Amino acid sequence: HIATSLPLPSERDHLRPRIDLIVFVIDIKSKCSLKNVEASLAYVDGSFFLGKVCFLVTGVGRVNCCSVEINAISKLGEAYSSPVLFCELELEGVRVATAQRLLRMLQICAGLVSGFSALSFNLLMRNSADD
Amino acid sequence: ESGDPQRTALLLRKAWTLYSVTPLYRFCRGRLRDYARLLSAFIAAERQKGLAVEVGVELDIKVALSSLPELQGSEQDQPAVLVQLSSRSRASPKNSEDKILWSGCFCCVYGDDLSENMPEDFTCLPLFLANGAESYMSVVGNWFQKTFDCIFRRLAISPFNLSWMVAMWAGCKVDKAASAVELVFSVPRLPQPLDISYAIHPEDARALWDTIQKTPGEITQEEVDIFMDCLYSHFHRHFKIRLSATKLVKVSTAIASAHCDGIVKMLHSQYLSGVLMLLTELAISQIQ
Repeated sequence: HIATSLPLPSERDHLRPRIDLIVFVIDIKSKCSLKNVEASLAYVDGSFFLGKVCFLVTGVGRVNCCSVEINAISKLGEAYSSPVLFCELELEGVRVATAQRLLRMLQICAGLVSGFSALSFNLLMRNSADD
Repeated sequence: ESGDPQRTALLLRKAWTLYSVTPLYRFCRGRLRDYARLLSAFIAAERQKGLAVEVGVELDIKVALSSLPELQGSEQDQPAVLVQLSSRSRASPKNSEDKILWSGCFCCVYGDDLSENMPEDFTCLPLFLANGAESYMSVVGNWFQKTFDCIFRRLAISPFNLSWMVAMWAGCKVDKAASAVELVFSVPRLPQPLDISYAIHPEDARALWDTIQKTPGEITQEEVDIFMDCLYSHFHRHFKIRLSATKLVKVSTAIASAHCDGIVKMLHSQYLSGVLMLLTELAISQIQ
């Protein structure tokens, strides 16, 4: 499911399946997209931040079109204890690899990988990022 | 700020294309005349080959290299080096003035980050400004790259850095009637390209900056963000367009103007050093 911002329209609440992972997409070329994500974060229930949220930064291939400071995004990731992934959607190889990564994360968050919970995965990601 | 203002005045009011240059190996400041002669010979040889020639023009190209000690920030900085290609048409009389065809300037203003741990044989002049025909830049660039084992790269300016520039420059005090602060945005993903030009009265821009900046002489990322957000929300209120979703491509103030392709015009002698310091920083981050 894709939404341009949160909260999701309440009319469809009863039809909506369980949400296992929220990926916030930030376009590094658009300050507006960062602001949008920051505003939407307020509508997310605290329990999601135990491993069911991640930030996906796109457009990183072109350093010279950067309108947003990468530091600000890293701080956002730290503030919400969620991993930050970087990708360039315009490159097919990267696009496919990123999709595979997200799918794998989703499998873990949906509890489909035995012995591995969303929270344990989150802690794993965080520890390796700190190195 | 001391030094002959005449000499640095030649940097003002010209459109300069920016390059970053890696440190020059075995560049000797005492040999500027020799270098000029060698470069001149190189240009002549290239012209024989048919490169760097302006069609239908018979020219003797003279090369001059000089030091510009006025363009320096700290003690560590290397004084700037000016390269000028001038011509005197063979047809015109002997006492007519040389016409400057192309100018290039290597400089380093507060480039301590780069020059700190540099070995002896290397000269740090990370910022290069070029004005004139691209064909001359190509020839001169090639010669420097071959002779001093360095690399020239075009220096582009991201929207992020442009917003720093406009916030900093809009806040500067200018005595005479200043020109408007102008921002040009390019709107992405449209069938026809669309540019939006947003002009602000310089007094209003400075007043806005004054309410935002907390410590004079110091600027934080947060202050720049607030400044830009104010401009964006003002625009949105009137035109219902979110400028933050577009690409900032050019900024103009009374101090200087800058385009994201890496083209800069410096307009005010008092702030020349400040602008060069910022550009030096950008050049160094591209090199590192």
